[in-house]
Amino acid sequence: MTSSTVELLRQKKKQILTGWMNGQLADSQLRDDLMANEDLHAQSEKLLDTLFTVLTDDSLDHPDSASLNPLVDMLSGISKSRARQGFTPRETANYIFSLKDTLLETVQFALKDNPERLVGESLKIGKFIDSLGIITFETFIQGREEIIVRQTDEMINVSTPVVQIWEGILAVPLIGTLDSSRALLVMESLLQEIVNTGSSIAILDISGVPMVDTMVAQNLIKTVSATRLMGAECIISGIRPEIAQTIVHLGIDLSTIVTKASLASALKHSFRLLRLDVKKVPTSSSDGLAYD
Amino acid sequence: MERIPILKMGQFLLVTIQVDLYDRLALELEENLIRAITRHNPRGVLIDISAVSIIDSFMGRIFSNIARMAQLLDAETVVVGMQPAVAITLVELGLPLKGVRTALNVERGMDLLVNKVDTNENATSND
Amino acid sequence: MLPATTNVTATETVFVGHEKDIMLLVTLIRQHASLVGLTSLDQTKLITATSELTRNMLNYADKGQVIIDQLTRGNQRGVQLTFADNGPGIADIDQAMEDGYSSGLGLGLGLPGAKRLMDEFHIASVVGQGTTVTIAKWTDE
Repeated sequence: MTSSTVELLRQKKKQILTGWMNGQLADSQLRDDLMANEDLHAQSEKLLDTLFTVLTDDSLDHPDSASLNPLVDMLSGISKSRARQGFTPRETANYIFSLKDTLLETVQFALKDNPERLVGESLKIGKFIDSLGIITFETFIQGREEIIVRQTDEMINVSTPVVQIWEGILAVPLIGTLDSSRALLVMESLLQEIVNTGSSIAILDISGVPMVDTMVAQNLIKTVSATRLMGAECIISGIRPEIAQTIVHLGIDLSTIVTKASLASALKHSFRLLRLDVKKVPTSSSDGLAYD
Repeated sequence: MERIPILKMGQFLLVTIQVDLYDRLALELEENLIRAITRHNPRGVLIDISAVSIIDSFMGRIFSNIARMAQLLDAETVVVGMQPAVAITLVELGLPLKGVRTALNVERGMDLLVNKVDTNENATSND
Repeated sequence: MLPATTNVTATETVFVGHEKDIMLLVTLIRQHASLVGLTSLDQTKLITATSELTRNMLNYADKGQVIIDQLTRGNQRGVQLTFADNGPGIADIDQAMEDGYSSGLGLGLGLPGAKRLMDEFHIASVVGQGTTVTIAKWTDE
């Protein structure tokens, strides 16, 4: 009984690592700007260690077998971190495919007296590495998607600040489309800020909202209703002429909500509600300003 | 036996709900409160719900009922201290508690009631 | 990519036969929800929907059971609740899901309201046999 292919490869692990590393280092597309060669060596060695720990002749035939999970997990980790580091998908896939050359060379040498078996085993190894390559692709894309999701989250958070513009008056300058998840975020931070500051008026400024359709209007109404349930008044400001037009044309009813054309007029209205009077100081007493 | 206490403070009634209400307790509160309004003839009723973590449509209806019945008996009702999560949930549920006046906390609620009563009295004397 | 499968990591069944049971149920669900990491807002939505659906169940079927499942799906976690009763059932589910429709007590917000509060909502009913409502709330990915 001849020894198994996996056993054969396992015995040559050191040689395979050297061959693989040499192949990678000789590649003109090596990204030593993104990853130091020592790190690459350590990563490759760890991957080979895992590969030879979990690989059996059976799982070589069945790359989707659950016993390979540790290898798949590790590969996913490498692939995702490469996505973050800025490797291209081609570079990441090549990393795995370059291992195929070394593995094939090794079997070729070991089975040179048994061409029939060599063909079968080479095919198997080829297929196996291909499926690992596909995993790197999938997780690479997943890694990219995670980055996109995180950036979107950050953007949403950045674009919904709640600012106190006067004692008792909060303003929320909305920029971008007000979809439902965004509206929920605005509501949560606005209501919390109302509690924190004890404010009784909130101004939602929609100057930066590109369009108001039925959904956006509904989200605005929800925000106003929630604010009122907390016991604060909510004013919508920054309604541009074209927005006013679409609101009317769509038949959206905002009649229960106080709306103002500009943030300035909303602020003026708020002062009235709070019974505050803003006065210009007469010129004669302007020297009095020095005492401020 | 559990019971929500109703306190009389000058011309106002003060109710502080310290537990999440189940149906029987809520219906009892409605009944007791209306009785207390008839007995004391207050100008306003203040209900503090800052400790309440669920208001479903049943509870919402109780608050609306209380407000409407009090109105019939010439008393203003203010519900104060609603938690932000409860407010958002009510709005998503489609229950904006129409007809119920709200304020941020007890102090603001009291201000609201005092002002309301003053305005009403001025309006009456002007007539 | 492998499609993420949903796994149940913990289950608890509660029988409901009295309105007082709602508070107990709600406390229990809040514990499960906080264990899986739902935000306090999502916890409030979940227990409010619970209150609506349990009250519906008590009104129409007198009693029933609620199964609380903790779920995982990929790197998300969630809570799934199944409200099952052997009551009269609902003849016209579409109508029951309309805002403002009520055949009994309440404002007719129970079913559609609960649906609006949830990430997942499923209802099945056979007249004369009973109704099962399944709802779920997930954490962010």
